[in-house]
Amino acid sequence: MPVHYFLVLSALLFSIGIYGVLARQNAVLVLLSIELMLNAVNINLIAFSAWMQGNGLPGQVFALFVIAVAAAEVGVGLAIVILIYRNRQTVDVDEMSLMKW
Amino acid sequence: MNVETWQEVTFWVLAAAMTFAAIRVVTSRNVIHAALYLVVTLLGAATIYVLLYAEFVAWVQVLVYVGAIVVLMLFGLMLTRADIGKSNFDNDQRLLAAVCAAAMFGVMSYVLVDAFEGQEIDLSRTEGTTAESVGDAIFSAYVLPFEVVSVLLLAALVGAVVIARRDTEEDD
Repeated sequence: MPVHYFLVLSALLFSIGIYGVLARQNAVLVLLSIELMLNAVNINLIAFSAWMQGNGLPGQVFALFVIAVAAAEVGVGLAIVILIYRNRQTVDVDEMSLMKW
Repeated sequence: MNVETWQEVTFWVLAAAMTFAAIRVVTSRNVIHAALYLVVTLLGAATIYVLLYAEFVAWVQVLVYVGAIVVLMLFGLMLTRADIGKSNFDNDQRLLAAVCAAAMFGVMSYVLVDAFEGQEIDLSRTEGTTAESVGDAIFSAYVLPFEVVSVLLLAALVGAVVIARRDTEEDD
């Protein structure tokens, strides 16, 4: 199969994730969109791994690292969101302008 | 139909389902539905990994992403008491965001197709990479990044506990 099928699919998922990050107001939904983008990156890594045949093992290893980092990111991200909710009773990213000049 | 045709059919069905589910993730008016549509996208990605002979990554994807991350997200949605019913979660820069995402997709797909057109992934192999070979690679050539990821996970765990912990002295 042509390798660019997979690359374009991953580019499409990444762009949808960008739309979600920019257009969503709820902080948890922004995190969901970030997961979409990380997943698009993983599809890219695995596609190149399959394309390189026997030399493609690093692609799979790095996909596993990306999954682990995504898990860490979600844990810390949700902790921050819950803390903000506890202090300000909202998870609306438009209202979190405390550190904006 | 031969195997190659089936692989192409599988890819297009998965691509259509994943794209639909991903669009629903970012447009759904119901937060729980958005999280559950993310499950569809993640499972589709896992199936794509199987199609590309990366079975171990596919199972890790199902276990970690679908099993842990989405459940964590659902907990986050419940703890922040997001409106479970229908409500507006989009801000007023939706059009700008769509233009930005479309431009990104246009540029990326043009560059990728231009660079990789004609390159084929040979999917006619009979066996994929085994968990054994992935494990060998992680614990030999990539043992240092593996350890760094372990420390990162530990730091994230401690950090999440410290951040989300309710400070009892302040509450009194």
